Amino acid sequence: MKLEDLKKIREKAEKDIVLRDGKSRIKVTVGMGTSGIAAGARETLKAFLEEIEKRGLHDVLVTQAGEKGLSSHEPVVTVSEEGKGQVVYGNVTRDVAVKIVAEHLVNGSPVSANIIEVNK
Amino acid sequence: MKKRLDVLICGGGACLSSHSQDVKNKFIEVLKAKGLTDEINLVETGCMGPCEMGPVMVVYPDGSFYVQLTENDVEPIVEEHFLKGRPYQKKLWAAPEARKIVEEKRQVPFFEKQQKVVLALCGKIDPESVDEYIANRGYEALGKVVTEMTPEAVIEEMLKSGQRGRGGAGFPTGLKWKFGKASEGKQKYIVCNADEGDPGAFMDRAVLEGDPHSVIEGMAIAAYSIGADKGFVYCRAEYPLAIKRLEAALKQARAMGLLGKNIFESGFSFDIEVRMGAGAFVCGEETALMASIEGKRGQPRPKPPFPAQKGLWGHPTVINNVETLAAIRHIILNGADWYASIGTEKSKGTKVFALSGKVVNTGLVEVPMGITLRELLYDIGGGIPNGKKFKAVQTGGPSGGCIPAAHMDTPLDYESLTKLGAIMGSGGVIVLDEDTCMVNVAKFFLEFSVEESCGQCAPCRIGLKQMHDLLEKICEGKGKMEDLDLLESLAHTIKATSLCGLGQTAPNPVLSTMKYFRDEYEAHIKEQRCPAGVCKDLISYVVDESKCIGCTACARTCPVSAISGAPKQKHRIDPSICTRCGSCIVKCPVKAIYIGPGAVKREVESKKLHLEKTL
Repeated sequence: MKLEDLKKIREKAEKDIVLRDGKSRIKVTVGMGTSGIAAGARETLKAFLEEIEKRGLHDVLVTQAGEKGLSSHEPVVTVSEEGKGQVVYGNVTRDVAVKIVAEHLVNGSPVSANIIEVNK
Repeated sequence: MKKRLDVLICGGGACLSSHSQDVKNKFIEVLKAKGLTDEINLVETGCMGPCEMGPVMVVYPDGSFYVQLTENDVEPIVEEHFLKGRPYQKKLWAAPEARKIVEEKRQVPFFEKQQKVVLALCGKIDPESVDEYIANRGYEALGKVVTEMTPEAVIEEMLKSGQRGRGGAGFPTGLKWKFGKASEGKQKYIVCNADEGDPGAFMDRAVLEGDPHSVIEGMAIAAYSIGADKGFVYCRAEYPLAIKRLEAALKQARAMGLLGKNIFESGFSFDIEVRMGAGAFVCGEETALMASIEGKRGQPRPKPPFPAQKGLWGHPTVINNVETLAAIRHIILNGADWYASIGTEKSKGTKVFALSGKVVNTGLVEVPMGITLRELLYDIGGGIPNGKKFKAVQTGGPSGGCIPAAHMDTPLDYESLTKLGAIMGSGGVIVLDEDTCMVNVAKFFLEFSVEESCGQCAPCRIGLKQMHDLLEKICEGKGKMEDLDLLESLAHTIKATSLCGLGQTAPNPVLSTMKYFRDEYEAHIKEQRCPAGVCKDLISYVVDESKCIGCTACARTCPVSAISGAPKQKHRIDPSICTRCGSCIVKCPVKAIYIGPGAVKREVESKKLHLEKTL
């Protein structure tokens, strides 16, 4: 093994334990209350995880939370970005989730059709 | 699929014995049943520290800290926390000090005052995954050392860091390496002393179980510095898990070329072999340890020659302790100045302590040198349980001494502890409360040393036995005041004339308890009274007749029929028959039985009388 090889292993392995340091650029919180789950939040969550993995976005944290009270708009997803505030999305189906990853997380432009609230 | 949760469940020795494995298996089962295996990362780690609360588990990214888990908690945790994002309050650590539930690990007072260097990865990584170690800058220090630094520069850095050996004696690591380097010889060895034998010390086990690669890396750096190509880890066979994880780590390191020939293409070659000890305490002494590795009987030999001059098979050998070696990569990566900035003037860096005995949070803690005993016991340890009064701590095990309450604000460093007649030792801290008899404590440690004496030299073999017999006499209420002088003179003779560290330090517990608790010794001798109510010959169990309801529970449980009294009548304990086993006190529903002071001598006459009565 060379020193560069060690560096490569480290770079790869670091991504697998990033959760334990709590360091991330963007946090995606999926509302997983009872009504969220009933509206398909599990699928939404899975879609986020798959899509993020596919694109290799290692600085994005996906986590879950209770419901916000907007039952009619479930699944509800909040995207928070360091220094840029929060965007709350409603009716996030699998397709919308994929769209949010591509447009918001990668390109930085929120998916306006599904926004319910923006907190600065 | 991207993992969204890291669930770290403690697989340290203490948690394993409180069935963390069953909890882990249940998690695997439930996660599979709910189809969550792909998105949740379940990792078994080394010791996280708060062993008292085991099995423990931490969930990232939020850092929720779960304690005292059972299989029944698994379903609700998965359902509530992993699925709905609501931490399962019932098993989150409720810190007794704060009287509130603590949701994040870093807010737990137990962790707040700690500074983890050696234990940083224990409980944070999977000890059987070299990748997770490398992700935390593992083997980077070794890479830097062998490709960029000369052995002299490494030794210089170690000298500058001021690190002292964590095995007990506190000899500067850099100096030891310098001697090892200076010794002439084609073949040299590096040995890791993992023969942790002090009662109440388990920090080395935790490091080997939780972060074995850090020890391997430390050994490789030491080997490079002194010019060794072969290392041994001498570990006691009673640590099967530590050995298993270490062997696994060695295998991974070899497979990746981190051990073996031409490491990092630098020309430096090094490999490690594990040798198991059979659990003799004396084999922690370095010359006995080397004899044991050579396949001989584990007996110490006189020094000099020191191991650095003539060690294993006559070759120069450097022996370092587990905790010492585990810290080395951090010194190389962060620099000697960083390490030297932690701690006190003469005691640098952090120290791992194993808290046990009468303290709320028993377990492993790592703190900067120089923290006070009060901070260690109250802020981190959570104080004394059941509202009892603190009496003393015993540090350094059977080689150490006690620190009484009056010295609570002493900084914990090598010099201050030595000044008090205690020693740093390997870091075992046994907390004693008001219910502990100090004469009995001294007797306990002496008994240990008598058992563990190798028998080679007379002062240790015969002298310690004599001291032990004197203490036994005192505990039975048959001691004389002259015995105290005799104890003291024996102690000094044994210290001065024993061959090795075992004998030289074994009298310490007696000397230090006599220094701080002479009144207890005198009470045993002059009044035949054990103030703590421990020594069986000097106490009596008494029924408080005003409280006794005559339920007969005590009489029925008494194994020697010492309790008389008809149902609904007041009961009585015959002190001449009573063996002071204490089972009645546990059974009494109204707490009517108490331990009375003052000696009641068992007399043959009264036994006869009882026999006649029962016949």
